[in-house]
Amino acid sequence: MAAAQSELTRARARSAWLFLAPMLVVLALTAAWPLARTIFFSFTDDKLGDASYHFVGFDNYFVQGDGYTDGILADPLWLSAVWHTVWFAVVSVALETALGLVVALVLNSDFRGRALVRTAILVPWAIPTVVSSKMWAWMLNDQLGIVNDMLQRAHLISGPVAWTANPSVSMISVIFVDVWKTTPFMALMILAALQLLPTDCYEAGRIDGVSPVKMFFKVTLPLIWPALIVAIVFRALDALRVFDLIYLLTSGSNDTISMSVYAQQQLVQFQKVGVGSAASTLLFIVLAIFTAGTLLLTRSKNAEA
Amino acid sequence: MPKSVKTGLFWLLVVAICLYALFPFYYAIITSLRPPADIFTVNYFPGKPTTDNYVGIFKEQNFAVNIFNSLLVSGAVTLISLGLGVTAAYALGRIQFAGRGLLLTTILSVSMFPQVAVLSGMYELVRVMGLYNTPGAMIFSDLLFTLPFTVWVLTTFVKGLPKEIEEAAIVDGATPLIIIRRVFLPLLAPAMVTTGLLAFIGAWNEFLFALTFTIDSNERTVPVAIAFISGATKYDLPWGRIMAASVTVTLPLIVLVLIFQRKIVAGLTAGAVKG
Repeated sequence: MAAAQSELTRARARSAWLFLAPMLVVLALTAAWPLARTIFFSFTDDKLGDASYHFVGFDNYFVQGDGYTDGILADPLWLSAVWHTVWFAVVSVALETALGLVVALVLNSDFRGRALVRTAILVPWAIPTVVSSKMWAWMLNDQLGIVNDMLQRAHLISGPVAWTANPSVSMISVIFVDVWKTTPFMALMILAALQLLPTDCYEAGRIDGVSPVKMFFKVTLPLIWPALIVAIVFRALDALRVFDLIYLLTSGSNDTISMSVYAQQQLVQFQKVGVGSAASTLLFIVLAIFTAGTLLLTRSKNAEA
Repeated sequence: MPKSVKTGLFWLLVVAICLYALFPFYYAIITSLRPPADIFTVNYFPGKPTTDNYVGIFKEQNFAVNIFNSLLVSGAVTLISLGLGVTAAYALGRIQFAGRGLLLTTILSVSMFPQVAVLSGMYELVRVMGLYNTPGAMIFSDLLFTLPFTVWVLTTFVKGLPKEIEEAAIVDGATPLIIIRRVFLPLLAPAMVTTGLLAFIGAWNEFLFALTFTIDSNERTVPVAIAFISGATKYDLPWGRIMAASVTVTLPLIVLVLIFQRKIVAGLTAGAVKG
């Protein structure tokens, strides 16, 4: 009986790999191989439309010659792309989390029309990023935009502001539009966590006369913390690879350029496969470290629990 | 604070949230319905609507071709992802085998891959396979993010199904393939609708690959086509048409999301929270 059982288990394990094989082949083709080739190209001087290439070692990354330095790590534009990306990710995810919490708390309270409001906040999430970028580019237009019109009517600004072209405000515009688009995701994640909370400790708190603000920080926040962290990590990973929004809203200008935009520009616009691949590889390393760090962190947390 | 003030503030907040969420799309709709020459003044309310901009994108630009490309790409990507995803999710969710945990972690990491990290390798592969500048390029490359996502979400759903049904089928001598077809597919149908919808939306919205792997306007998908709608000069963008195209591709998406909103929220939380 035991032998038959283990034979069955072995047969099932074999069929498992059979079932996984097609998916694994596709993943190897779409993820593993292109990634390996990208890393490979990052050590060459390959250009688009030119079949031959040479190995250049780490020259695409960094090279120090007679009184000069070259390579991405010495390129001020790459360094500002890194800075923009990190700044964008930190600020927009922080704002989305704060606003998402407010919206989720509103949606978690009982009022007439709650279902309607929940439907309404899904709209920004459902709109493609390309469309929301164009929509906001139009609203933020310096001459014809409705945002300047509103702010001027309210006497908050004295003249039209070039929201997407002026270097001192273009990053703020990018963050604002991203927050608009992704707050619903945060709110829904937090709402899902809020709806799983037990009600008894709230009743106990109310009887003891604890203030709602204190209840929020002492009870609600600690209880939804694990779900909140997962949502924040997901959003942060998304924000660190930002491309569409910056490419479209500010035309990927040097004042807002992100790591992804830099890599794509090197590859397509300047046809430098080697340099573009090196930029891609650096972005991949940054995200891999970030992901590995969070996985380790959540795993040790799970082990404790 | 008196209770009436509190209630007032609460409703003010509710109204603010709704305006914040809905006003931009409302403004896109009224812009798309205004005559092209009327764009140079700011209007908060719709005037006499005209369909000039909509006629323009379909008659003077081949926007219909772009919509067809997008439907083709998103449909194919969704079907392939679901087909490969269901069998994989059954194996990962139900069968114990060595390396399962590592495999799941790998799949989760791939679903978070930055697309740009594979861009030059993917570009080479797409060229070698002869897919460059065809919808096939996007069907192939979009699988990079839709497939691992589909597998991951379906696996969490499979794990949640009762084991007894399957055990009864095994006792009756059913092979794994029969179990998947006769037992799991009907049970997983709702989950597949959710996951399929999210994969469809992901492929429909994809921009980076579609931008990099196409040149001709006839091969473009909708997001790239919208990005390239241009006027005579850089400073003379036909905003009415851009908004008309935007509304055309967003409205069906919003309707779908509203119909399936409970399922979508469940799918998103299964993908994220249960991780």
